[in-house]
Amino acid sequence: MDKFLIEKDSYFDSVFLMLINSEIKEHPGVSEAVVAMGTEMNVKLLSDMQLWDPRLEQVNPNDLIIAVRGEEKEKVEDALTVAKGMLSKKATTGEGQKYVPRSLQAAIKEVPDANLVLISLPGEYAAREARKALQNNMHVMMFSDNVSLDEEIELKKQAVEQGLLMMGPDCGTAIINGVPLCFANTVNRGGIGVVGASGTGLQEVTCLIDTFGGGISQAIGTGGRDLKNRKVGGRMMLQAIEALRNDDRTRVIVVISKPPAQEVADTVLSSLKKSGKPAVIHFIGLDSEPDEDNLHFAGSLEETAGIAAGLEKQAAWKPQEYAPTEQQKRKIIDRETAKIAKPQKYLRGLFTGGTLADEALILLEQKLGKVYSNNQSDEALQLKDPHVSLEHTIVDLGDDIYTVGRAHPMIDPSTREERIRREAKDPEVAVLLLDVVLGYGSHRDPAGAILPALKEAKQQALERGGYLPIVTSVTGTEKDFQGYAETIQKLEALGCIVMPSNYQASLLSVDLLEAIMNKRGE
Amino acid sequence: MSVEKINALFENDLEVLNLGLESFNTTLKEFGVKSTQIAWTPPAKGNQELIDALDSVSAVQSKIQAANDRAHEIILKGKPELVDIGIAEEVIPEMRKNLILHAGPPITWDRMCGPMKGAVIGGLLFEGMAANRAEAEDLAASGDIEFSPCHHHSTVGPMAGIVTASMPVWIMKNKIYGNMAYATLNEGLGKVLRYGAFADEVINKLKWMKDELAPILKKALHLHGPIDMKNIIAQILQMGDEGHNRNRAGTSLIIRELAPHVVMLNEKKEVLAKIFTFMHQNDHFFLNLSMPACKCIIDAARDIECSTVITAMTRSGTDFGIRVSGLGDQWFVAPAPKVDGLYLPGFSAKDAAADIGDSVITETVGIGGFAMAAAPAIVKFVGGTPEDAVQFTKNMYEITGVENNIFQIPALDFRGTPTAIDILKIAETGIFPVINTGIAHKDPGIGMVGAGLVKPPQECFYDAVKAFAKKYGT
Repeated sequence: MDKFLIEKDSYFDSVFLMLINSEIKEHPGVSEAVVAMGTEMNVKLLSDMQLWDPRLEQVNPNDLIIAVRGEEKEKVEDALTVAKGMLSKKATTGEGQKYVPRSLQAAIKEVPDANLVLISLPGEYAAREARKALQNNMHVMMFSDNVSLDEEIELKKQAVEQGLLMMGPDCGTAIINGVPLCFANTVNRGGIGVVGASGTGLQEVTCLIDTFGGGISQAIGTGGRDLKNRKVGGRMMLQAIEALRNDDRTRVIVVISKPPAQEVADTVLSSLKKSGKPAVIHFIGLDSEPDEDNLHFAGSLEETAGIAAGLEKQAAWKPQEYAPTEQQKRKIIDRETAKIAKPQKYLRGLFTGGTLADEALILLEQKLGKVYSNNQSDEALQLKDPHVSLEHTIVDLGDDIYTVGRAHPMIDPSTREERIRREAKDPEVAVLLLDVVLGYGSHRDPAGAILPALKEAKQQALERGGYLPIVTSVTGTEKDFQGYAETIQKLEALGCIVMPSNYQASLLSVDLLEAIMNKRGE
Repeated sequence: MSVEKINALFENDLEVLNLGLESFNTTLKEFGVKSTQIAWTPPAKGNQELIDALDSVSAVQSKIQAANDRAHEIILKGKPELVDIGIAEEVIPEMRKNLILHAGPPITWDRMCGPMKGAVIGGLLFEGMAANRAEAEDLAASGDIEFSPCHHHSTVGPMAGIVTASMPVWIMKNKIYGNMAYATLNEGLGKVLRYGAFADEVINKLKWMKDELAPILKKALHLHGPIDMKNIIAQILQMGDEGHNRNRAGTSLIIRELAPHVVMLNEKKEVLAKIFTFMHQNDHFFLNLSMPACKCIIDAARDIECSTVITAMTRSGTDFGIRVSGLGDQWFVAPAPKVDGLYLPGFSAKDAAADIGDSVITETVGIGGFAMAAAPAIVKFVGGTPEDAVQFTKNMYEITGVENNIFQIPALDFRGTPTAIDILKIAETGIFPVINTGIAHKDPGIGMVGAGLVKPPQECFYDAVKAFAKKYGT
């Protein structure tokens, strides 16, 4: 059968048409094809080939003719469609240098398969771009902060309506399909889906899961206000839980957040229950509750990772396998407290990760009582001058008050370096507690960058006739580009104690302080 | 709650668009993920008043889209045909003896730049309404002569754009929408009226054009029948023209179309040879055809309620003005800028008049500077490289609504030209239309001194956005 398509007044260059002609001739099921302008010569050619349609008597050289002959109707029609498609083809790979789009709209046109927009623009502009991304059915991860609560609610409402991810604002960490986004670590893939309303909390948990032999299916950040603020109402947390529930790869769901608003917590828990998948919940700073159906409550980030890894492997997590023995700990404590001088009394925790600082703060408050911090909710315990520590102090150096005019301390270690030097001058400091966060986004050598300052601090303590214990933990995996083992090695070579988790580092600091107090007979 | 799109994300390869910190893009690429950095700049260059205006119309986004879809359809479907040649006062609406049409938005005699004044003088001499320069200037200033933009009369004119009552004009008809457009015949290079020259030789040439050239071409055109201009423009883009600053292929094609009919006329061969020589020696002969063809296309898309498509851009050498479909007859005007370009031997920037002419109607329809990638030959002329030309055109896709279905660019794998300029996209991206243009000498009668690129003044686009927000925003 013969099929014709005649488009009046559609000029195409003859060379271009010849190319299409040769392609269509090769098309399956096509025995003869002519794609040409309606010139007298071409019309005669068609007539000679007896590929004829009465409409050809009316064509002029401005008219496009597509004529296809073949046995089967379907294949002939298919070839016609292909020819039409080739004629209206949009070029995506033009000659010359690659075009750098200057707007989101243009980028969407240039890269039609893109599915996620990463936004780290100044807060005042971030929401507008996110809105556009969502309108175009793209998932969004928003690293930017300084986005208003109203805007966050509006964006998340829109995302839920359209069934999209709206991670953030102020979402620093996610791992989607095994790809670390912004500040995230390279971890094994596996069956544990994590949703976190906290950046370094997500990093710590995903890294520890990796260490404990588990793997991550997806790690989704929601931004810190998602559960804390009842108006945001955990919208993205619920959305993510629902997606993980439908995700076949995910066998265990983990939820971490700073303490949520009560009604939000209830909704989240009921949604987890509904998911039917085993779930581990850690609300940082809240006591863990007894397990309930498929819900497991964890008391620390480490325990969260442990329970999840155990559930994934269906073999209970044995914490003792991932911690020094009591005997080893005793030895460390004896060694580190032997030369402490009389005035040394206080702990100083200098953190680059906000959630890690929170975890330490909460734990130390329980064990030691008064702890000052820029993260304190108790106004009396907030630092009057954030740059000056008081007694026991934990500072989150990622707080805006420390980062004016410079990058986050995970990127730029100089903020913490300066603070270490300041603490080193204080004869009352008895223990220095630090986090070291590896992974994409972080400094290329976060431990190496602070080593000189740590060395000087130890030296100064010695010169005062004392000794400075430094307790650390490294958030990372063997696959992180900074090198996990090398990082630990560097710290240990200087005499720092490196514990397997932030939780254990915080606990050991307490042990050290208690041992120091005991010695003094207090 | 439907989360299928999230689960689809989990099942597919991640592909990222990165807005902001470039290091995020770099790490993703290191990780082997497809990621595209966007060279983002703050919307409206950070101008808060404008951002508010943009935000205020986002609520009527779907109405705007529907209106622009309608405008796009009209622009793409429009089919200008060259149907005839006539005398201005007989064919152009409201044209009369004491009315002079000019390029640009409305302007009074006292504010006209040198070349435009010169062309007005020449026009009055040509019409026999004044005997010399002094008389012509007195008459122009007297108030007895009215001035009106070509654009108000379905007409466009290059450079000074002066049209007087007895000048012959090309007549275009939009076969689909029925609207007409007009332009004078191009006079050639050197001392010509459109650059403000009014010496005897200029006037004599205009008379020859009226008495000999136009009648012969008119007869030849009648023998030929209507010429499909859209088709010709599609062809010239594949032959290295962009229809504004390069019209060599277009001129050749028109000669090819008309020649067989011209020679059949009962005229002396010396007369015919003169006509062919005249057309042949003027590479811009086709400009006065591409311009009314564009005018004919875009005018059909005027006055669409809620459309943000630009329907006119033009310059008088004093002002730069634009019109927007959804904002009716209103002109948004700012001072005409200087042209950034190359100068002919013996001239420099200090000789240049400010940007002038209706010829930016070509960019308004998506050819000219917008199709720069189609005309690498003139990129050198305007001081760039062929790669720059491609970048110019690609930038224009950011501020336009559609890609042309007929006008295609070979160097971009036959991608359609960027068509239908959207004021909201201009404000959003801070990218402004790229305009190719000739440069006139600032004094009357000297002619073209160079060519180059014009950066249009931002204010008129921004004012249009604010006016649009005021009319349609919430």
